[in-house]
Amino acid sequence: MVNRVVVGAHYGLRDWLIQRISALVMVAYVCALMLFFYWSAPLTYDSWKTVLSHPFVKIFTLLSIIALLLHAWVGVRDIFMDYVHPYPVRLMLQVIVILLLMMYALWAATLLWGM
Amino acid sequence: MERGTPTVRPKNLDLRTIRLPLPGIVSILHRISGALLFLAGIPLILAMLQLSLQSEEGFEMIRHTVDTDPLARLALLFLIWSFIHHFFAGIRFLFLDMHKGVQLEKARTSSLWVIVTSLVLTTLAGAFLW
Repeated sequence: MVNRVVVGAHYGLRDWLIQRISALVMVAYVCALMLFFYWSAPLTYDSWKTVLSHPFVKIFTLLSIIALLLHAWVGVRDIFMDYVHPYPVRLMLQVIVILLLMMYALWAATLLWGM
Repeated sequence: MERGTPTVRPKNLDLRTIRLPLPGIVSILHRISGALLFLAGIPLILAMLQLSLQSEEGFEMIRHTVDTDPLARLALLFLIWSFIHHFFAGIRFLFLDMHKGVQLEKARTSSLWVIVTSLVLTTLAGAFLW
């Protein structure tokens, strides 16, 4: 019988894939952001606010932030699996990180649409 | 020895005597920079995004802090290095995933490139900030 551990790896390809796809989304976003900074230099509050008010930019920004949070989850979980061996401690840390990342996602969404 | 009996293998996990090869250094720096970006980078980037969008004063406050506080600049530069290193080391890993550059010599060369490029770009970012 396979010993399924709730805080263990899921023996799957999914996290690996999430890590790669989220990385590509962020690479695209960072390149676009760098181009914007280059074109609009020196950056002013007005041009910054204008570009981030555009619905497409908002969605691309939130998408990249969600990619970042998923990416962080896979990476942080890998670190916990390597260095934190007692299950209760690992589970507790994982729960804290999940809650923190969910909070970040809400923060990002509200700040982008509440600006 | 019976089949299935766990073998006792010698372990050398003494960090003072382990000499990591270049790809190993890139790998552990990828992990360290990733941890730093999670712990400090994400909250900072969200806070800066909020501050920079909510008002012109907030936007200027970030610029003012970076311009006048050397410690803030240094901390920011450290996170910039973390990001740049994580970025290029990550792209290198994507190529390794596709079995590109897995030969020993190529892996060493690309590792050196990641380390050097990150440091050069961080220096340029530092020159820009100072």
